[in-house]
Amino acid sequence: MKNRMSKLVALLAVSALVVGTLAGCGSKEEAAAPVEETVVEEAAPAAEETATAEEAEPAAEETADLSGSISMAGSTSMEKLATALSEVFMAKYPGVTVTAEFTGSSAGIESLAAGSVDIGNSSRALKDSEKEAGAVENIVAIDGIAVVVDPANTVAGLTKDQLIGIYKGEIKNWSEVGGTDAPIVVVGREAGSGTRGAFEELLEVEDACVYANELDSTGAVMAKVASTPGAIGYVSLDVVDDTVLALPLDEVEPTEENIKAGSYFLSRPFVMATKGEVATQSEAVQALFEFLASDEGKELIKSVGLITVD
Amino acid sequence: MTNNKANTFSIIGSMKTKSKVEKSAQVVFTTCAFFAVLAVFSITLYMIINGAPALSKVGISDILFGTVWKPTASEPFYGILYVIMTSIIGTFLSILIGVPIGLFTAIFLAEVAPKKLAGIVKPAVELLAGIPSVIYGLLGLLLLNPIMYQWELLIFKNDPDHQFTGGANLISAVIVLAIMILPTVINISESALKAVPRHLKEASLALGGSHIQTIFKVMIPAAKSGIVTAIVLGVGRAIGEAMAISLVSGSSVNMPLPFNSVRFLTTAIVSEMGYASDLHREVLFTIGLVLFLFIMIINLLLTKVLKKGEKENDK
Repeated sequence: MKNRMSKLVALLAVSALVVGTLAGCGSKEEAAAPVEETVVEEAAPAAEETATAEEAEPAAEETADLSGSISMAGSTSMEKLATALSEVFMAKYPGVTVTAEFTGSSAGIESLAAGSVDIGNSSRALKDSEKEAGAVENIVAIDGIAVVVDPANTVAGLTKDQLIGIYKGEIKNWSEVGGTDAPIVVVGREAGSGTRGAFEELLEVEDACVYANELDSTGAVMAKVASTPGAIGYVSLDVVDDTVLALPLDEVEPTEENIKAGSYFLSRPFVMATKGEVATQSEAVQALFEFLASDEGKELIKSVGLITVD
Repeated sequence: MTNNKANTFSIIGSMKTKSKVEKSAQVVFTTCAFFAVLAVFSITLYMIINGAPALSKVGISDILFGTVWKPTASEPFYGILYVIMTSIIGTFLSILIGVPIGLFTAIFLAEVAPKKLAGIVKPAVELLAGIPSVIYGLLGLLLLNPIMYQWELLIFKNDPDHQFTGGANLISAVIVLAIMILPTVINISESALKAVPRHLKEASLALGGSHIQTIFKVMIPAAKSGIVTAIVLGVGRAIGEAMAISLVSGSSVNMPLPFNSVRFLTTAIVSEMGYASDLHREVLFTIGLVLFLFIMIINLLLTKVLKKGEKENDK
């Protein structure tokens, strides 16, 4: 009887474990979603405030009546920005519907040229051929990535080739790039991460990186790099703090000024391309670009970890 | 007459109300039992529906026996052989370390320890069971990984081919897992040992067996099925753990060698589910299905062992 009981207990407990494991998976999925939502929530009260503030002004009536639809398609890296933007914008202008698809930069510009969307999102500068097809490059934000090492590291900086060598696993010791004799611990993000996608794309090392640690959050990369002598990692520029050292690349410090000036190579523009100048677009599209240029829009851009353009 | 009898026997009321209570209680119990079964069936169904399509899209052998995991490459590879091997080897090693320690602690608590000492050790073990897994992971990350990195630096000093991981490796994960399964193993084996009939122990001692002989020749064989249950649950906990090991194992897909950064079935799902899309996401569900099948198979196999032990005990 006792044995039978314990068997029962065992069975029940194991099935509970199974359920627990699966529930774990599910909650992770859900956990990923609120990130975007919080962005919107933070920005939404601001939107309401300004909306009420504007109601007092006579000019506001025009924007309140604004209606129409905006469709955009393009870069998957811009998903966070585009989703946050569309939600906040729609909250501010209830009459406007914004739809966003994430098909990839080139596909987005193609749809724009074909006239099927109003805005083509591209996470790279437009090619000449695309500009000839009528696409106008409107840079709305800049995505910057910092290469970080542990604070005790003595390396003065890295060149692009050295960085590529390290991430491809060809350079394995800091002494090869002017540091002390210590092995390099290569830290990166998991497959599918936007930061990893941008980093590998900018260095042109897609699918060729040899990671010793593939961590699933920016915070984990920062913690690992900060606590491991000889570690190197990459994170979005806005999260860099004193616990790590952000390396100059090609002798250019990773600062907002340098990125805006275009001299820091680990950065890329986020382009919202239109067919023809913004001024020739529909009222709704013009309002969207006005919103992006406003203080509120800049807050939104910063809240998703990007650098604004002046 | 019969009516009278019923009245004297039932405190609730007449025969009618009594049978109502009986019937409704039966319905309640059946519903509860059905709920658990329903959960298991719907989860199984959900996992198969979500996990199976990728198997045919990518190819079963490409997924299960492929060694390259590049889900986002322009020409993607979804091989999870190393991930499966890591889960098997990692769980096996942690059981190998955790079970003897757990069992001996249980013997200590049930048989050897003076009452006062047991009064300290027992709550400590129970406390260990209550610590959240993320805490184990954090401690592993902050204490274990640096120690491992020192060893790694010493061992692979002159090996140019070794990729340094900063201490995030299979050994760290195994040690964390071994500690995590301890409370499960200790508590269940201890109650199994304590439930061994007193006369068995007394008979052995009366025949001249020493205390230690009695423990190993009489108590442990008599408590075998309980100890096997403890191991089953330990395996379940080890193979299903994700949070703690995702912090200490490095999470790169590599051959499960002691100083390699490795990825387990659970961490493979956890780390990439956030941003995965399309086929990549479906393959993650397939990994979940593989994990699910693993737990089922282990469960069934060990229950069989358990049954066999039961039969032997009956003789």
